[in-house]
Amino acid sequence: MPTEHIVRSYDEDLRKLRDMIARMGGLVERQVSDATRALVRRDSDLAGEVVQRDVQIDQLEREVEAYCVRLLALRQPMAADLRLIIACMKVSNDLERIGDYSANAAKRSIVLASLPGLGSMNGFERMAHLVQENLKAAMDALVQSDADAAERVWAADEPVDEIYNGIFREMLTHMMEDPRNITAATHLLFIAKNLERIGDHTTNIAERIHFAVRGESLPEDRPKGDTSAFAVVRAPGE
Amino acid sequence: MSASKISARACNVFYGDTHAIKGVNVDIGSKSVTAFIGPSGCGKSTFLRCLNRMNDTIDTCRVEGTITLDGENIYDPRVDPVTLRARVGMVFQKPNPFPKSIFDNVAYGPKIHGMAKSKSDLRDIVENALRRAAIWDEVKDRLDAPGTGLSGGQQQRLCIARSIAVRPEVILFDEPTSALDPISTLKIEELIDELKRDFTIAIVTHNMQQAARCADQVAFFYLGELIEVAPAAQLFTAPKHPKTQEYITGRFG
Repeated sequence: MPTEHIVRSYDEDLRKLRDMIARMGGLVERQVSDATRALVRRDSDLAGEVVQRDVQIDQLEREVEAYCVRLLALRQPMAADLRLIIACMKVSNDLERIGDYSANAAKRSIVLASLPGLGSMNGFERMAHLVQENLKAAMDALVQSDADAAERVWAADEPVDEIYNGIFREMLTHMMEDPRNITAATHLLFIAKNLERIGDHTTNIAERIHFAVRGESLPEDRPKGDTSAFAVVRAPGE
Repeated sequence: MSASKISARACNVFYGDTHAIKGVNVDIGSKSVTAFIGPSGCGKSTFLRCLNRMNDTIDTCRVEGTITLDGENIYDPRVDPVTLRARVGMVFQKPNPFPKSIFDNVAYGPKIHGMAKSKSDLRDIVENALRRAAIWDEVKDRLDAPGTGLSGGQQQRLCIARSIAVRPEVILFDEPTSALDPISTLKIEELIDELKRDFTIAIVTHNMQQAARCADQVAFFYLGELIEVAPAAQLFTAPKHPKTQEYITGRFG
């Protein structure tokens, strides 16, 4: 919206809210990228930092929530203002979850660094790359109030699901080949699942932004490609 | 949305050369609350006053187009404005009880319209109206006391009792709570919620939260035009028109 509020301090309040969410988004983006780097480079120190930083995100979430409650009580927001505030509350929730998934992935990568490597990390790198791009695009869409950009993010999660399906099958195969792979493969499977969930939360964020800007919801059915729930891998000769 | 009780089509209102209402089309749903909002001078009160021909009393005022009540044009020359106003009652911004007793305030309308067959009949009508206006318990022991001695909120409920005593079909509220404290305001809002089960209600309010709380349908007026009309939840969360958006979010001019 181009025009400003008659009460200027209200504009200040909303600007501050946008800043808080942007800061939180920036921190969460960094968590995802550092968690991925720690995994691929087997860097336990970096993984440890990611785990430590998670408390900052939780703190920010509480701040955003308290600030939104304050705005609702004091400003009685309407229309686009109301939608923005509700969206920020919800987005901070999704960001907090993404932070948790990153920290969990980082914890697992500390264990993985002490185990022998298990094949190529290419799938993980590609998946993490896509997820980060989407997350960044979603946060940019929020900052710029760009509903079209949000809708593109919302529709762009399918490739993430496809890579996840590939990793799922690959890990089952590793486990079947040699039971000594099971520890590493299981941790990797959870990390892949974490990345896939981060992708889903990113689409949630995109939905919120779209609603905040346009005032109408995106359709219920999002393009989805996760078929791992039905996957079966048979042992050789079975 | 219930069937419409009042419909305005191509309604134009002039005060002398001033074009106050410009081509308004709107339907007011039966037994529901329709709120008119908009900045001062936007025409919302003028429009409300068209609905029971209160503007007839202003010499320079001219109304064009049609406004129908149950399908009949209320500006038809054969329509008697006094009878019309018994069907379409009105409650004003400032409580305006007659300088008479509480009882007589409510009894006056039924008396002049010959609605009571006996004294006890009249008493029943008065009691019923006071009960429906949620003020009976507060005044039942002092019905002979002057209406003007009540508190502002009570006076307003007395005025509401007065208007429902003649069993109107529609009640128009012109800023009914702007002179009241928040608790009295909530009592009136609760009352409006109660009354819409039997009456069609149109309310002009400057208080957007009030429109959000009370109304089923909200109409936004600006510079004499009806900009947008929509269910309250829709209008206050996702208005279609940018002007509505600017007004309800406090971004005007």
